[in-house]
Amino acid sequence: MSTLIKHGRVIDPANGVDAVQDVLIADGKIERVGKNLVAPVGAEVVDAAGKVVCPGFIDIHVHLREPGYEYKETVATGTRAAAAGGFTAVACMANTNPVNDNGAVTDYILAKARVEGVVRVHPIGAVTKNLRGEELAELAELAEAGCVAFSDDGRCVMNAALYRRALEYTLPFGLPVISHAEDTHLSLGFTMNEGVVSTEIGLPGSPAAAEDVMVARDILLAELTGAHVHIAHLSTAGAVRLVRDGKARGVRVTAEVTPHHMILTEEAVRSYDANTKMAPPLRTKRDTEALVEALADGTIDCIATDHAPHALAEKEGEFDRAAFGIVGLETAVAVLMDRLVGPGLLPLGTLVSRLSRDPARLLNLPGGSLAAGAPADITILDPERKATVDPVKFRSKSRNTPFGGWTLTGGPWLTIVGGKVVRP
Amino acid sequence: MGWTRKDLLTMRELDAGEITLLVDTAASLQEIATREIKKVPALRGKTIVNLFYEPSTRTRTSFEIAGKWLSADVINFSAGVSSTSKGESFIDTAKNIAAMSPDVVVVRHSSAGAAEVLARQLSCSVVNAGDGAHEHPTQALLDLLTIREKRGHFDGLHVAIVGDITNSRVARSNIHAMRKLGMTVTVAGPPTLIPPFVQELGVKVAYRLEDAIRDVDVIMMLRLQHERMQAGLIPSVREYSSYWGLTLDKLGRHARPDVLIMHPGPVNRGVELSPEVADGPYSVILDQVAKGVAVRMGVLLLLAGSKGAAAA
Repeated sequence: MSTLIKHGRVIDPANGVDAVQDVLIADGKIERVGKNLVAPVGAEVVDAAGKVVCPGFIDIHVHLREPGYEYKETVATGTRAAAAGGFTAVACMANTNPVNDNGAVTDYILAKARVEGVVRVHPIGAVTKNLRGEELAELAELAEAGCVAFSDDGRCVMNAALYRRALEYTLPFGLPVISHAEDTHLSLGFTMNEGVVSTEIGLPGSPAAAEDVMVARDILLAELTGAHVHIAHLSTAGAVRLVRDGKARGVRVTAEVTPHHMILTEEAVRSYDANTKMAPPLRTKRDTEALVEALADGTIDCIATDHAPHALAEKEGEFDRAAFGIVGLETAVAVLMDRLVGPGLLPLGTLVSRLSRDPARLLNLPGGSLAAGAPADITILDPERKATVDPVKFRSKSRNTPFGGWTLTGGPWLTIVGGKVVRP
Repeated sequence: MGWTRKDLLTMRELDAGEITLLVDTAASLQEIATREIKKVPALRGKTIVNLFYEPSTRTRTSFEIAGKWLSADVINFSAGVSSTSKGESFIDTAKNIAAMSPDVVVVRHSSAGAAEVLARQLSCSVVNAGDGAHEHPTQALLDLLTIREKRGHFDGLHVAIVGDITNSRVARSNIHAMRKLGMTVTVAGPPTLIPPFVQELGVKVAYRLEDAIRDVDVIMMLRLQHERMQAGLIPSVREYSSYWGLTLDKLGRHARPDVLIMHPGPVNRGVELSPEVADGPYSVILDQVAKGVAVRMGVLLLLAGSKGAAAA
């Protein structure tokens, strides 16, 4: 069983390729990439002229909500949303119910993914039991069960001593610890960024410093322990400066940024639309500019969506009572192509790298490369596609997006996982 | 110029002409309170729902009296005695009330933006009677009416708003309205109670009571809520009162002799205002309350009255 993808512009940052070439897939792996490849007998041929052929996109920050919150999302619906959005793999956060803080829950997620998933699923284990921030989860067992990183995402481990021990304990596993950097004393009661908009519209805000002090702490703890700390959903210009400085000093710190933190600002919250409410909150124009610049220059290593599905009842009504978070899998690529690549703020090659090679390297995941022998996980983009975001058509169970109604140019065209087309 | 909006949600979105229309309309209705029979037929057959998710005595009563003097049917719906205590969501409650075809829903809620969220859901008029720390437009209107009656004009007046600005919807509504009417506004309080970037709203900031009240025409004192102390925003009520409480002595030493003292109520006597000040000759606090009814009559009339009804 083989497939030949012909005439596409192949962008494969891991191998320094950006040229019109053909990609031959056989037995679920990349067989060859080159010019004018001949289709083997019986091969399916995909004409990708005018399209962009990339290593499969990997979203290392997704909430699949299963087990426990199946009314928001499941492995089945979440991975379909991923495939629809051009992602061939996702890493899912541990804040399920029960929390993924022991090997049995990891086994359950992986079993679900094998049977019902359409893209690769990489579980992330909790750092502390029940995400309570009080005692370490069974980290060795989680690593052995197949977790690719550790995180209490959604909560910040406020106890610095405990976090230090988590960083030390996990060192032998070679897996990063992912920080939801938020000083919960500084952010107490917040619903949005603290600034001129929060003052005007009367919603309690959290200052950028609530994130920055924790990023600073985590960089210092990474330095102390020699561990790899990855900063989730980095959102402030101050945190960018801290990560840049940490990297310059050789600390093992990496960071991700979401599309919404680069594209939207606190101004969007004036609508009191709960689809503009997330943690960390939308910041200011100064922050969004710093984030895009940092993503372009590599200070920020990759893009992740923080796909956080919530049911309608949790996102309508009063802003301050609404749940935090928005879905992202089905809008991320189109939003980024339209708003960053289109206007020339980010080269297409860099976007591809930050969505494929870089997240794969960061979590030591298979994929992120079109080298011969690599898994045939491929995302094909259509730079000309013009479409209006219609949340009703989402494959995700949830519709909580601030991008509904946006008309965007460029987006995912075909998603291939292990040689198999999973979209359309 | 006439009134064209479906709702009254914020002072921020109004222009000076609209604010003046609201104040003028209220002024023209004050006379009803002096009649032996306090009833005009302007809103006969109209239904007004007071939807109060937060305890409130004076605002709810004021809206209720206003509606009744205009001959509307007024229904009070308070969280705690209603289905909200059974877990019904805000939106569900709103849809249920809408199904009963009211003409105006007056909403008070602890969440900022609740009135706007409700207005998007309902085809009838919505009046914001206070939403979290966002706005309280009818309070600003009654403050404005009180000031105009005492001073005769707005332009060029200087107002000091003192206290917990961060959590005050009264402060926000007044700041927007007063700035549009050509007044100067100084906000004052300990820095922990002054919201960030408040200067961007066009106000001055003072961190000492003496600086705030010097040479102003009006001093508006805000209620200090005791929760602020637990949140670590002030060390103690005792210290707050000693540095930020307004006393006759401080007024005599720093303020103009004709200054007006206002307070949106309820007053913490002995905390932000000494009893002598609250009840003294400078105080117009009870004028504010009286004007509240006229202001709410004006608002209800402009939103729900038929054309020409204001003449009633």
